[in-house]
Amino acid sequence: MPEDTSKIDVAYVAYLARMRLSVAEMAKMSAQLQEILSYVAKLNEIDVSNVEPTAHATPLSNVLRKDEARPSVDTKKILKNAPDSARDLFIVPKIVE
Amino acid sequence: MSLHTLTIQQLREKLRQGEVSAREATQAMLDRINAVDGKIKAYLWLNPEDALSQADTIDRSGIAKDGKPLGGIPIAIKDVINVEGQPCTCASKILNGYVSVYDAFVIKRLRESGALLLGRTNMDEFAMGSSTENSSWDVTRNPWDFDRIPGGSSGGSAAAVAADEAIAALGSDTGGSIRQPAAVCGCVGLKPTYGRVSRYGLVAFASSLDQIGPLTKTAADAALMLGVLAGHDASDSTSVPQPVPDYTAPLDRGIKGLRVGLPKEYFIEGMDREVETAVRSAIQQLQSLGAEVVEISLPHTDYAVAVYYLIATAEASANLARFDGVRYGLRVAGKDPIEMYGKTRGTGFGPEVKRRIILGTYALSAGYYDAYYLRAQKVRTLIRRDFEKAFVKCDVIVTPTSPTAAFKFGEKTEDPLQMYLSDIFTISLNLAGNCGVSIPCGFTSNPKLPIGLQVLGKPFGEEIILRVAHAYEQATDWRKQRPNL
Repeated sequence: MPEDTSKIDVAYVAYLARMRLSVAEMAKMSAQLQEILSYVAKLNEIDVSNVEPTAHATPLSNVLRKDEARPSVDTKKILKNAPDSARDLFIVPKIVE
Repeated sequence: MSLHTLTIQQLREKLRQGEVSAREATQAMLDRINAVDGKIKAYLWLNPEDALSQADTIDRSGIAKDGKPLGGIPIAIKDVINVEGQPCTCASKILNGYVSVYDAFVIKRLRESGALLLGRTNMDEFAMGSSTENSSWDVTRNPWDFDRIPGGSSGGSAAAVAADEAIAALGSDTGGSIRQPAAVCGCVGLKPTYGRVSRYGLVAFASSLDQIGPLTKTAADAALMLGVLAGHDASDSTSVPQPVPDYTAPLDRGIKGLRVGLPKEYFIEGMDREVETAVRSAIQQLQSLGAEVVEISLPHTDYAVAVYYLIATAEASANLARFDGVRYGLRVAGKDPIEMYGKTRGTGFGPEVKRRIILGTYALSAGYYDAYYLRAQKVRTLIRRDFEKAFVKCDVIVTPTSPTAAFKFGEKTEDPLQMYLSDIFTISLNLAGNCGVSIPCGFTSNPKLPIGLQVLGKPFGEEIILRVAHAYEQATDWRKQRPNL
């Protein structure tokens, strides 16, 4: 685990998360995150070199089903919750020029 | 007759005998909500006409009299579980106005069993929090003391059951969000084993930890509810195809000879003195009922909060990527999609959700993944092994649910780490995937606030923990003490 957590680039992480933060939010979060990260640094105390990671707790893996078409929720019903739609499609700002 | 004070079992008996109708039961709940919810604010959404019309349908069908397990029982639903035609906001501005287009698996099950869906209960935004103070909509108050938090994140569900505003409720538990509010409000809260109850239709927070469960007035009611909720669902790939036993039948078998493990790491400094006293006398009570107490060790307990806040935030940062203003919920316009996403998410999410998304994104970002997320997953393995080893020596583990009774509003909001540490006794269980239940085991003296006892079990060991909870409940009268509203 990185020892130096003093310089978390919150602006960059917020960009990765596609989430705009104000300058005040970033300043407050930066301080709180440093405190949290120095707390989680206690995980460095443990030797995990021969330990397998646990991704989840079920004894199941590769749960598959047949790739068959089946009925789903009606498009019109789904689009009722859409901020903007037309002709059974979601409308978004222009992506390519 | 005060129908609202009844348990599921008691009300069900009256409905079955035809002594009361589902409409009368529902009207009694609505009257109670009308009388007390202005102060408590457990509900975010409630439509009396809708509830009464569900009740009329149940009455016409005769479903309450034909032995369906929840026929005519009004149940409150945490605002994170989809009920078709009802709003589902996860107490977040980003889902303001969203109306569910399908029923969650557990909702289908409740409907099939004859239950009626009373309304939506308040919670911490996207189930992130321990006090329901992170709700974007309302402040829910602890029915025992209005200056105090109802716990979280299922604070609305716990307060509704404790204040007799619902016969029972559904919650979700990712790090203690059913058990901790149940403890501080004075009701029963059950987190089933990971994989026992389908999460299809539960808005995902941390997918390797989330589990749906009931909040009820008694252990027997929790057993009854679990029997309805549990079972395999092909729509949730983590749902385990294991037969569902009758959880109610073995409740009265007693606990003679049962080995109760006390983890020495849980009886630590920082625990409130009255909480410790109450839990210790509960343990004596279990002994006098014939249980055998053994000391056990869960050596990696001290690392659980750190592991949890890396894994849960990493998974949340991925799960909450879907709230981008494209398909549902809030959209704040931008000149291109990137600007639209950024503005929508920056405006729609509250402070705690933002903090966790940033922490999770950071923990998963290039150069940090191995150091944070992968290391946390490895320590998670050690925590799981702790439980496996402990359960060789005992049948259940007993601990306090929360280190303190309900704290005051604002006490921990400025210090996220202190808030996280209040979950110290509940978090390990989600990491291990086992089941656990919180039941009332006493009160603090001044002010009078409920204290919770936590009973933890092996994977798919719900039968045993509910039996212990029931035996303890039968031997004590904590449940009969109700808040003065």
